[in-house]
Amino acid sequence: MLELLVILVCAGILVSGVLAVCLGNLLAAMISAGLASLFAAVSYVLLAAPDVAMAEAAIGSGLATLIFLYTMRRTGSGGEP
Amino acid sequence: MADIILRIAGALIFMGIACGVVRLIIGRTIVDRIVAIDMLTVISISLIALYAHLSGRFVYIDVALVYGLLSFLAVLAIARFLERRS
Amino acid sequence: MELIGSLVILVGAFFLFSAGLGLLRMPDAFTRIQAGTKASTLGNILVLVGLGIYHPDWSAKLILVAYFVLMTNPLSSHALSRAAHAIGTPMAASTITDALRDAENAHKEEGGAG
Repeated sequence: MLELLVILVCAGILVSGVLAVCLGNLLAAMISAGLASLFAAVSYVLLAAPDVAMAEAAIGSGLATLIFLYTMRRTGSGGEP
Repeated sequence: MADIILRIAGALIFMGIACGVVRLIIGRTIVDRIVAIDMLTVISISLIALYAHLSGRFVYIDVALVYGLLSFLAVLAIARFLERRS
Repeated sequence: MELIGSLVILVGAFFLFSAGLGLLRMPDAFTRIQAGTKASTLGNILVLVGLGIYHPDWSAKLILVAYFVLMTNPLSSHALSRAAHAIGTPMAASTITDALRDAENAHKEEGGAG
């Protein structure tokens, strides 16, 4: 049961990573990277490492998105909505 | 009996996650993708809390607490970014 | 007691699934924001209430999680729908009225005259 859940969540990480590489819009690719980080945090919880999951949640979901947005605003890129 | 109901609930939550991921893949505008990841975060909070009950460890609730605190910051920053750029 | 808690969790999981289904089936971005956010907030709170019925000694932290979700989720959806209106996201063909655009036009005319 647990192995099936971990395999499903890791398939989610793989799908969102491929999506982040393939998407043309920079903002959409950034959101896909955030989805990969979300699935990674869930898989860490399933593998019984709650402290690593907390660090992943804080860095991948909060800090990385803010730094990406700051970079996009400074460089003036971002793609069409 | 209660265990079987909880497993059905877990399967329903996973089907909701699958619907959200499909919307994030095919989403036409950028707003569809942002609202999909917002909803996926809230569903993941529920899934982590349910797994904390199923495995019987209280510590896992802390991860859901951190997610509930931090998840809306990214969506708020993206919304401000879009509104300022227009 | 266990049966009541698991039934509440099942209802919450059904609401979370209906949030995903509404996100998949709704016609445009604004209705997707409404369906996804409201149904997922209700489902999350029902799941947390069911867990509180199971474990009464966990209830303080569960109430804290429910409070955070209840405070932050409408805030983010409001900011997101305002940004979506500002960047001109297309609406569905069956949309009848757009009150925010009317209010902005009235405000602009008033400012131009005065």
